[in-house]
Amino acid sequence: MSADTKSILLKPIFANNPIGLQILGVCSALAVTTSLKVALVMCVALTVVTAFSNFFISCVRNYMPNSIRIIVQMTIIASLVIAVDLILQAFAYAISKQLSVFVGLIITNCIVMGRAEAFAMKNPPVLSFMDGIGNGLGYSVVLIVVGTIRELFGSGSLLGIQILPLISNGGWYQPNGLMLLAPSAFFIIGFLIWALRSVRTEQTEKDEFRIAAHNVAEASH
Amino acid sequence: MGLRRILDDIAPHFEKGGRYEKWFALYEAVDTIFYSPSKVTVSPAHVRDGVDLKRIMITVWLAAFPAMFYGMYNVGFQGITAMSNMGLTTTGDWHGYWIELFSSYNPNSIWDCFWFGAVHYVPIYATIFIVGGFWEVLFASIRKHEINEGFFVTSILFSLIVPPDLPLWQAALGISFGVVVGKEVFGGTGKNFLNPALTARAFLFFAYAPQMSGDAVWTAVDGFSGATSLSQIAAQGLPALTSTSGQELTWLDAFIGREQGSIGETSALAIMIGAAILLITRIASWRIMSGVFLGMVAFSLLLNGIGSDTNPGFATPWYWHFVLGGFAFGMVFMATDPVSAAMTNTGKWIYGALIGVMAVMIRVLNPAYPEGVMLAILFANLSAPLIDYVVVRANIKRRLARNVI
Repeated sequence: MSADTKSILLKPIFANNPIGLQILGVCSALAVTTSLKVALVMCVALTVVTAFSNFFISCVRNYMPNSIRIIVQMTIIASLVIAVDLILQAFAYAISKQLSVFVGLIITNCIVMGRAEAFAMKNPPVLSFMDGIGNGLGYSVVLIVVGTIRELFGSGSLLGIQILPLISNGGWYQPNGLMLLAPSAFFIIGFLIWALRSVRTEQTEKDEFRIAAHNVAEASH
Repeated sequence: MGLRRILDDIAPHFEKGGRYEKWFALYEAVDTIFYSPSKVTVSPAHVRDGVDLKRIMITVWLAAFPAMFYGMYNVGFQGITAMSNMGLTTTGDWHGYWIELFSSYNPNSIWDCFWFGAVHYVPIYATIFIVGGFWEVLFASIRKHEINEGFFVTSILFSLIVPPDLPLWQAALGISFGVVVGKEVFGGTGKNFLNPALTARAFLFFAYAPQMSGDAVWTAVDGFSGATSLSQIAAQGLPALTSTSGQELTWLDAFIGREQGSIGETSALAIMIGAAILLITRIASWRIMSGVFLGMVAFSLLLNGIGSDTNPGFATPWYWHFVLGGFAFGMVFMATDPVSAAMTNTGKWIYGALIGVMAVMIRVLNPAYPEGVMLAILFANLSAPLIDYVVVRANIKRRLARNVI
């Protein structure tokens, strides 16, 4: 694998994370992360869709009239999403029920559209495919972290296996109800971005303005 | 003076280049508790006033004292009354050990009630103060600024709006969330758009609903269950109101605060004393308080006028809304937080009225929440910048129109 491909594949994980830096695809990150299992399936679904939509869009990029490119992109993405949705319904019906509308909503996920517009339209198919995988991984990292925290503290379990015994079952752990509500994902993603930007300070935006220095002097007394 | 000399002697260790440079924030905090700082602002366009941030915060802190002391007494009174009704002679936990050390369980003795309440309240307040203080010091040290007295206010206000039964670990978790997410994330004192104490309470309210709502938590006795006044109203309407001991709850009882509830919120009377202090010293905005009050009166009159066959809450008169639940406390101490409230004078009226209307609306019209003051104030906090923006734009427009040639 060339260094170029490697950087395309790995950069979106931390250096240019679609959720952490570009703040895209946040709504599905709120909706599907109450349990880790559902989050994992969503990660796979989105990664597959992004990778293949990038690939196919990149294949036809030179034949696409510019004025209708969004429609063509949407057609490709929608077809892929429908395929993923049908596969899920066929092989993992319970999880597909839990994901409900959010698989369908991958069509409108900003990450998929964003990568198609920003990368696949300008790059060859294989590289675009790698970029799709990379961005899917970046999205997955955030979803897995958020899903782990929410399921562990919200219901004391991971992947459905009880880790922290609940008070209601005679254990000691009292589940944190907020973790099961969507706002908790906002807080957790916020903390993740905070941590990410503390480590990688180059991601921090510049201040929009600076408050003038406060002149202070010793009083004479 | 000796203390001054000690502080001056150790000062070099804490200043830049000193051994304990990292701990400057702590040194500074101790110093300013005992002495007024010698640093003054010299830049121009600076309003000079005897009231600085420190004095404002300490005044608010003191203004909350009547509610706090009455709250401790009332926690005891309610708890002991409930215990004697249930036939209990001891609380049977570590609270009981401390209570029996200095008093007995006599609901008619002011000292017994006060001590019972203190044994329940002081650990909560101490936990909140220590844990919240830890976060304050941590952020102050990392960001290299001074520890702010604002935390005195946040800590006491938060401790007064929690139920007396609150587990201490939840108090610690709540204040951590309130201080870190409600305030420090946005840059610390003066930059928070939400009231940190209410943020902390809202966190607990949604995270640990069994300890923050329902019927079992408002009196500090294990196994006691009794609906709060507001949930009684939501269920059966005003005439059915009863106190902890099962007697009729009169308006005067509710005004003085002889009912169960969050520690500091029950007594409208004690809160009014605090309000008087805040208004006389002009620390709290009378516009906000009036706005909240008038908004509440107007909306409850409207609901009284509309009436409802199915929802008895519609008939609750405004003077009951005023004394029940957290309304008075929210109006005096929470809505008037100068940082999270609207800044413009017109904006303060709108902001206040929004809180009053929303509080009654949630109380009466939302079947899930019998109390709505906390959510109303947080909602208004969020709206405050928008309100200010609209007021400022309207003012600019008006003045432009006046100057048309």
